[in-house]
Amino acid sequence: MTDAAIAAAKRKAPRNQWWDVWDQFKTHKGALIGLAVFFSILALILIGPWFWTMDPGFVNLRARNQGFSAAHPLGTDQLGRDMLARIMAGGKVSISVGLTAMLLSITLGTTIGVLAGYFKRLENLLMRGTDLFLALPLLPLLLLMVTLFREPLSRTFGPETGIFILIVTAIGATSWMQSARIVRGSVLAVKEAEFVLAARSIGTPPRRMITRHILPNVMSPIMVSATLGIASAIITESALSFLGLGFPPDFPTWGRLLFDAVDAMQLYPARVIMPGVMISLTVLSVNYIGDGLRDALDPRIRGR
Amino acid sequence: MLDHKPTQKTLVEVDGLKLYFPITAGLFRSKVGDVKAVDGVSFSIFEGETLGLVGESGCGKSTCGRALLRLYDVTAGSIRIGGVDIAKLSADALRRMRPTMQMVFQDPQASLNPRMTVAGIIGEPLDEHTTLNRAEKLARIYELMDAVGLSRDFANRYPHAFSGGQRQRIGIARALALNPKFIVCDEPIAALDVSIQAQVVNLLEELQDRLGLTYLFISHDLSMVRHIADRVAVMYLGQIVELASREALYGSPKHPYTQALLSAVPEPNPEHEANRRRIILTGDVPSPANPPEGCNFCTRCPKVMDICRKVEPVSREIEPGRFVACHLYETTTTAGATAAPEASGANSLSTNNTTTQQGV
Repeated sequence: MTDAAIAAAKRKAPRNQWWDVWDQFKTHKGALIGLAVFFSILALILIGPWFWTMDPGFVNLRARNQGFSAAHPLGTDQLGRDMLARIMAGGKVSISVGLTAMLLSITLGTTIGVLAGYFKRLENLLMRGTDLFLALPLLPLLLLMVTLFREPLSRTFGPETGIFILIVTAIGATSWMQSARIVRGSVLAVKEAEFVLAARSIGTPPRRMITRHILPNVMSPIMVSATLGIASAIITESALSFLGLGFPPDFPTWGRLLFDAVDAMQLYPARVIMPGVMISLTVLSVNYIGDGLRDALDPRIRGR
Repeated sequence: MLDHKPTQKTLVEVDGLKLYFPITAGLFRSKVGDVKAVDGVSFSIFEGETLGLVGESGCGKSTCGRALLRLYDVTAGSIRIGGVDIAKLSADALRRMRPTMQMVFQDPQASLNPRMTVAGIIGEPLDEHTTLNRAEKLARIYELMDAVGLSRDFANRYPHAFSGGQRQRIGIARALALNPKFIVCDEPIAALDVSIQAQVVNLLEELQDRLGLTYLFISHDLSMVRHIADRVAVMYLGQIVELASREALYGSPKHPYTQALLSAVPEPNPEHEANRRRIILTGDVPSPANPPEGCNFCTRCPKVMDICRKVEPVSREIEPGRFVACHLYETTTTAGATAAPEASGANSLSTNNTTTQQGV
């Protein structure tokens, strides 16, 4: 009686597999720490400004280049602006640029990679297009994009949103090629697997073949290039700001803080280290989360 | 078998099926030739029977089986399943035909998506072709798992957690999900060890009895085909060289290739095994991209004649329900008599008949 009851309870319904994914994710220590770090960074930049209400753009020339103090916990920069407020404001921009640009580049790369790998007819066209993009000199291209589109975008969406859209699109549109190639290679391998043939014999149409069979099986390389993509997007954004192509100079981003501080690096090393540590921590935590997620999504590793 | 043949309805009718894979070369990928994987195959399968398809590696068995379900686009010929010619159906119409014909694959590991649960795998055909709600679908999945002897507790597990035999059961359950009439079993037991082979074959037979299934059983395991098949077709280099009922084929093989193939089956009785004489073929199978002129088997045939190198033999019915494509049995028409050719055939075969009778 009890046995039957237990057995019935056990097989109540196929459990939502995301619970299994979470169970496995929990066993990955690095991923848990990464998740905690990432959430605390998010908390700092999202909830922080509610408690530390100083305006990051407020210039106080009497309080230039100050060290750590009660009035300015992380000191001030060369114009006397509060570093803590600037780091919080800069993080918001940097992380949103990083995540959005990564999402854009991964979506673009995966779509093109999957289409090129799955549909033989499109392969030549799409992959030659990818090669074309890889061969483009990126900086002149970005320069051109910024000069052409900065004004109209600023006018339509306002200066900040306009530049944000421009930067994200520029980074996304110039960094999807690697993931497209990687994804295409994996799709070519998975496409020949017998379970794809089995799905064809069932009559699964190409659309669902891709979403049900191909995509889950090429998840690992996509995850890897996604986590690496966040890092390179944040760094590209700071390089763009440094060249004067990105956000306006008074607009704080982590990359901008870093480059502003480089001039006086020997006198005030802390001003370089702080944004640098924030970028590294974000990138590292996202990498670990991606690693844990990749393992958790693979049922062959799950449960070991 | 042959006795109740007339009462049986034909379910699958294959006529002149050809499947060529193009060979491309050069800068512009121009077509320079064809791999003739299946080269003019005709046969029919009656409702409720099992047709065994045997032959050595690379002779086109699996390709033929897959072409039958239009997993490849056929080059020429027609495939009628339940009266519908699926060789030229549009993708949409073909999709609606899919539930009647299913396949069990050779490698149970590779044929199951490692990222789907058992319930997901068995439920996929239901998702595609039925409008069952969640509870009904689950009930059907459990029913199928019961039918193939899998515990219902396994529904949430992933394929990697199963043994080879259990995986093959999952594959069979998936094939059964839509109540098909015709199942192509593409070497379903080749990747399993012997004790599990028996289980799976018994399961297939039991399901056939219960559900009235029709099988095309592709295998290179001659003794297993002898066990399960009602009729057997022997393939060599993309063509069917002999098609006969199981008893006739194993009792007295006619085509020299069939004789050689059957002589390779080991004999469990050691006394007979000592006397067994194998017909050892020399040379390799010619490339299907460049088959020999005349009979495909002429390069290796122990009884090769001049005509074999020039004229391609056509498959003809030498006895009711028995088709052989060989010039040895073709003299009937040229001699215009029936007694003489049989004598000559028997003569030329006499040495072999003795060996094969000992062997089989």
